[in-house]
Order: sequence, then C-alpha cells, then structure tokens
Amino acid sequence: MEWIYLALVALVLVFGLGVLVLNRRRTPELNDERTSEIVRPPRPAVEPRPVSTADASPGTAVLEPAEASVEVESEVEIEPDTDAVAEPETYERPSFTSRMSKARSALTGAFLGIRSRAGITDSSFDDLEEALLRADVGVRVTDELLSGLRARVKSKEITTPDALLDALRAEMTGRLEGADRELHLVPGEPGSPNVWLFVGVNGVGKTTTIGKVGALQRSEGRTVLMAAGDTFRAAAAEQLNTWAERSGAEFVRGAEGGDPSSVIFDGVERAAARGIDLVLADTAGRLHTKSNLMDELRKVRRVAAKGAGRVTEVLLVIDATTGQNGLTQARQFGDALLSDDTGVGLTGVVLTKLDGSAKGGIVFAIETELGIPVKLVGLGETIGDLVAFDPEQFIGALFAES
Amino acid sequence: MFDSLSSRLEGVIKKIRGKGRLTEADVDEVLKEIRTALLEADVNVGVVRNVVARIREQTIGVALSQALDPSQQVVKIVNQELTAMLGGETLKITYASRPPTVVLMAGLQGSGKTTNSAKLARWFKSQGRQPLLVGADLQRPAAVEQLRTLGRQIDVPVFSEPGDPVATATRGLAEARRLGKDVLIVDTAGRLSIDAEMMEQVRQISANIEPDYTFLVIDAMTGQDAVGVAEAFHATLAIDGVIMSKLDGDARGGAALSVKEVIGRPIAFASTGEKLTEFEQFHPDRMAGRILGMGDMLTLIEQAEQAFEKDQAEAAAEKLLEGEFTLDDFLEQMQQLKKMGPLGNILGMMPGMPKELKGAQIGDEELKPVEAIIRSMTAEERRKPEIINGSRRNRIALGSGTSVAQVTQLVKQFGEMQKMMKRMGAMGMGRPGKKGKQKGGKASKGKRGGGMLGMPNIPGGLPNMPGMPNIPGMPGLPSGFPGSK
Repeated sequence: MEWIYLALVALVLVFGLGVLVLNRRRTPELNDERTSEIVRPPRPAVEPRPVSTADASPGTAVLEPAEASVEVESEVEIEPDTDAVAEPETYERPSFTSRMSKARSALTGAFLGIRSRAGITDSSFDDLEEALLRADVGVRVTDELLSGLRARVKSKEITTPDALLDALRAEMTGRLEGADRELHLVPGEPGSPNVWLFVGVNGVGKTTTIGKVGALQRSEGRTVLMAAGDTFRAAAAEQLNTWAERSGAEFVRGAEGGDPSSVIFDGVERAAARGIDLVLADTAGRLHTKSNLMDELRKVRRVAAKGAGRVTEVLLVIDATTGQNGLTQARQFGDALLSDDTGVGLTGVVLTKLDGSAKGGIVFAIETELGIPVKLVGLGETIGDLVAFDPEQFIGALFAES
Repeated sequence: MFDSLSSRLEGVIKKIRGKGRLTEADVDEVLKEIRTALLEADVNVGVVRNVVARIREQTIGVALSQALDPSQQVVKIVNQELTAMLGGETLKITYASRPPTVVLMAGLQGSGKTTNSAKLARWFKSQGRQPLLVGADLQRPAAVEQLRTLGRQIDVPVFSEPGDPVATATRGLAEARRLGKDVLIVDTAGRLSIDAEMMEQVRQISANIEPDYTFLVIDAMTGQDAVGVAEAFHATLAIDGVIMSKLDGDARGGAALSVKEVIGRPIAFASTGEKLTEFEQFHPDRMAGRILGMGDMLTLIEQAEQAFEKDQAEAAAEKLLEGEFTLDDFLEQMQQLKKMGPLGNILGMMPGMPKELKGAQIGDEELKPVEAIIRSMTAEERRKPEIINGSRRNRIALGSGTSVAQVTQLVKQFGEMQKMMKRMGAMGMGRPGKKGKQKGGKASKGKRGGGMLGMPNIPGGLPNMPGMPNIPGMPGLPSGFPGSK
C-alpha cells in the first residue's frame, strides 16, 4: 500500500520540480529585477564602513551625542555621562577573562598536556587541534592555523611547547587585529536618527541585547527608541517593552503578526519627530535558510532607511554555543542584506552568552573568513555585562590556564 | 537538515567507489574525510574520535578481505555506526498511572523551551490527552506572556503566578490535579549549565514536582558545547530525553548525534519549523538513513498517508501504470501533495534526491507555474496533451503567464514520464532490484544536473547501498527498507 503514496509523491515532485528547475535556469532572462542584481558591480570584499565622525582618529571612540552642545568624554567608552540623564545607572563592566574562565576544563587539559611534554610531538598538535575544535573554531581554520605552526616547528623557529602555545596565541590575536569595532553613531541633523538593526536566528538573544544596548546608550546620555520589529514571536514586544521601561527609552510596537517593516518605519518616524538620537530595531529570529524571511529582512532594512533614518549598524547576534552553522548564518545574513540597494551588509557581530561553558570560537572563523568584526560580547544577564569585544582578552580566555 | 553531512559522506564514498580493493592509504583518506564531515557537522570531538576508531577497525578488515566492492562495505559500516550513534528506538511515552504525567522542560537560554513546551502540549493533545502548561520562567521578561499566547493558540490552559519558580511549579502540579488534567508540562527559565544557583533552583523544581519525564531542549545549531551542557543537566536532573529544536535550518545537527552517545538518552522529539504543528517524535533509525542520503521514507509515507485520499491515490496509481494518467490526475495529486507541508521538507525525505534540489530553496509557490499551465489547458488538452500545437501553446502560455518554452517543456516531460510509467507498469511493480543501476539515468544526471530528474535519476544518492534494495526508478518497493512491513 505504501508504495502508492510514495509513487505519487515522487511523481508529482519529480515532474513538477523538473519543470521548475529547467525554468529556473531561464529566470535571469525573464526577470528584470534579478538581472539588475546580477549586473550590479561587484562589491568590495571589505565592508564599506559607515561614515563616522569626521575626525575620528583610529583608536578613539566615535560615539558622540547628536546634541553637540554637551561635551561628553568620547575617548573613554565605558564611563557613563552621569549628569545628562534622569536615571543613569553606572554599570560595572566585568572582565572577559573572569567570566569566560568559569569553564575552561577542556582546553586547559589540552594545554597542560602540551606543556607537560619535553618537546613538541605529534601529540602536541593533536592536543592543540582538539582544543581548537572543542572551542568551535572549526576544522578549516584549525587546519590552517596548525599547518602554519607545523611549518614553523619544522624549520626550528619554534622549539618549545611554551613557544608553540605563544605562537598560536599571537597568530590568532594577530588575525583579529585592525578591525573596526566601533558602534557607529553618526551625528546629524536633529530629526535624522541613527538606526541600529539587530538580526539573527531564533533564540540568540536579540531582544535582550537590544535592551542592554539601549540601557547603555541611555546611560551615556543618548535618547533611544526601541522598535519591536519582532511581530512573530508571542510576547516579544512585551519583552522589549519591559527593557524600554527599565532604561527610559521610547518604545514603538505594532500588532502581533503585523508587518515588521511598518513597525520600524513608525519607530524611525517617531524618533525623527522627537529628535531622538538612536533607534534600536528588533527583528524576529529567522533561520537563514528561509528565503521569504530573508526577503522580509531586506525590506525591513530598506524601509528603515527610507525616511529620515540612517542605518548605521546592522548587527548579527550569535549565540556563543553556536557551532559551525554560525559561519553559514553570518554568510547568509550578510549576503541577503548585501544584495539590497543600501549597499552595506552586516556591520558587525554581537556574541552573546559567552559566560556559559561555550567558547564562541565560531566568531573567530566568522571574523577571519568573512571579515565581519565582532563588536559586542554578552558576558552575563545584567545590563553591564554587555561589553566591547577585545580580541586579546577573547583569545586569552580561550587559552586561559591555571 | 542533515544535508551537508550526508553530502559530504556521499563525496567520500564516491571517491572509493569502483575501487577493487582498499589500500591502507585509501582507508586513511576515507577516515579523514569522514572525520572532517562529522566535525563540520558539529559532532563532538570525543565522539568523533570513538566513531572513527570503530569504523577504522572494521574498515581495515574490509581492506584485507578483498571484498568485491569495498565502497559498499564502507557505506554499510558507516551506516551501522551512525545508526548505533543515534541509537535505539523512538522514545515511547508511558503515562503515569496516577495522573498527571509530569514533564519538566529545561535548557539553556534561547534553546526554545517555551515554544517547545507549547508544541509538546499540542502533541499530547493530539494523543488525546489534556495537558496543562505551567510557566515557571519568571526570569525572562514576558516569557509567561509568550506561553499564555501560545496556550491560547493551541487551546491549552496555562498556569503561572509571579514570585518563586519553585513554588509556581509546585502550585501548578496542584492545579493540574484540581482541574483533572492528565499531563503537566512545566516550562522553566533558561539557565547556563555552570550557573550553580540556577541549577540548584531547577533541581528543587524537579524535586518538588517529581517529573515523569525531564526533557532537555537543545538547539540543533549548537556546537561542541552541547555535550558538556547535556552532561551537566543530566547530572543535576537525570534527563530522560532530548528535544532538538530548530532542526529546520541547515544546521548539520551533529550535536544530536553526540548527546545521545554521551548521556545515553535518546532524542525524543524534534522541532522542524516555526509552526506549532511542526514537531514530531524523533526516529533514530530513520534519521541515520537520512544522514546517509537514503531519505526518510517512513516519515514520508506516514505524512503521505495522512494527506492523500486513499481511494484516489490507488486509482491514480492504477492509471499511472496503465499509462492513462492525465494532466488532470496530476493536478489532483499535486493538490494532495501540498497538504503534506512545505515542499522543501518533503524533498529532504526523498531518497536520492539530487543535491541541487535538496539544497535549493523550494517554496510551495514554486509549483505554481506548473499548476497555472495545466489550468490554462482545455479539458481535451489535459487528456491528450499531444494535440497541443503552436497556437494552443501560445494561448496556454498567455493564459498562465508563462512562456511558450515553459509550456513546451512541461508537455514534453509529461510525455516522457507517461512513457516511462507505462514501461514500468508493463514490467510489473513489486519486483525489487534489477532496475536499480540505471546507467542511462546516471549519465544524464551530470550535465543537466537534476534538470530533468526523469525518474531514472532517483537512485542518485548512494546507489548500491548494501542492505537496501537498489531504489528503483520509482521508489515503489519499500520491501527492503529498514522498518517497513
């Protein structure tokens, strides 16, 4: 009996899709929109950086409030500007290492093993490999890192286990150097708010991240509006609203199941009308494999920049527990957004939940392979636990011993 | 979902196919590829090591035995190991003799506990039970609100009260007894496995409600950390099973493989989409086949049985084999197929689907042009497509908003298919084997890359699978499929 169903399913699929696939090959000729996309000149491999404060020298924070009248200490990114806001809270910033080192057993074991040997053997490399893989750095990157080290060991440039570990550490840190990790807030006319868009798969912590970013920006004296663009997940807007109330940010929401772009458009309009500096736009979690949802995201981005708003950050939120799929996520989200006319793909990555046992090594692959800088890191549940990404500390925590 | 893993493994096997015997070097290369494939699929490093060692042991035996076709042997070994890894049978829920049956949901933040609590409640409901949901996630803002909304959607009551999660869960149990509910599902806050305080809290919840089942919700996209997390939760709560969430992405789900291996508890359910109905019991044996690109026939059949009208399906099949299948019949069957859910999912379950199709984004709307073309034909044309000439083609193309070329293509393919069906009918269904090799089909596969997946292409994935019948042109003969009756 079963074969009948199977036969029919196979038949319809094979026949229907056969036609489809053939037709698809032709679509470039048939579909003008597509063609225009294809013809578009190739984009630079490096993310075009959003225009930041004109004179921002590298190394200093470019965050400056839109109201130019108040002099805020803009070089120091952490200290909140206490007198500007009604209920500014100071947030204690935890150190990377203290949080990440909570769980390091797997890696520590490997590194101890390497140090305990008199010289460098095959087992040293096996241990290193295992350590990197366990941190979710990925097979490809790991192979790459290790083959470089192997060569250097062979040429006697590296001779001791300690030197081997140091070399790896230096190599990894070096690969993360020089990226632009600033969150771009472009001061402009009042009524032309910056828009930071948060995207990612389900459950990575987008809403929570927005809540924290909002609170931090408020504490630094900026006016913030949170737009509840996640109209899909039940009660996502309530969740964001709670954050908005806590931090004294404005809040805009739409109907559940409504059009996310219109919510974000409304948010931008309201922010423009009230002279608010920054719109933090939440979006529903979506798997990068769902093309309709990626289309929706493109639209959200387009609409956010349509009126008075300027999209200065599009941040991909990634959960530290994410494995190799993280690389695919970053690639797909980046591509989806890049193919839009506004020109910029992802501007950065927010790595959340790094206070757990996961190492978040996948962001190393994302940054080094795709050139998307990690900008923020979530090290805990409280607002102050969202900190700027520091490559040295991140790699250091991967290598943490003792 | 496991597409990448299966395609990598397919690549490995292809390399050694046709070799008369495997040398030690061949074995090493194969094992290296398998190892990489598993690691890229996020299978835990330690688990990979064990599995590769086991495969090596057996494969070296193969190399020595000079078996006729070593690639077949290797596939068989890998298949066995993967099945062993996924392990055992589907978890059978035994209901408590004194209701309610208590289910505790635990996991990291964002793994999907709340959504899956609701999905599980819906599943219990579909089994004729009356569940009560308890919102004991008092941590995340609006988590209870989310659960209430979901509860309304599936018409399952939700109990929660502010304050202490342990007290709320305990009160929820009392509430379930008072209301005479026979299943209680307690949603808890997400917590890190290394957060001692929060782990203690969930331990207390567990101690108070004494769950019959404790499910750990794990995101399919999780990396190496999954195993550590599962171990930690298992140590605290004694996990009975895992619920894999977000399996509908392209995550390779290696975490799924590893967790079972490490804590020895099965994956009980899998969540395969955002809709509350996209949730099913996990069948390990089927999944192994799916990983190896053999498709998930049993699930496919189950779903098809629900979607297709039995009489119609039988009649259609009859016609098909007699070569009397018309475009009208086709259209009708296509409507039935649509009921089976997203095409992409169905494709994933088909054995040996060409890679291009598996990976492609295929939405339900993709079949629309086909439908439009057929609907733009007259009744006579649908019966006898051969009468469609130039002017008819033009008319049909205009009417359906497609191009003449598309119409031509459809008619031509339909003709080919009809012929093939007839031939198969003549050969008689139910004769396994024989038709499997399909040399011609294979040849046409390359260049046109699944373009015309004429039936002969179906046995694409891993032909010559030992223990499997060669999937004939039509996968009509499941007699040898694992588990088929």
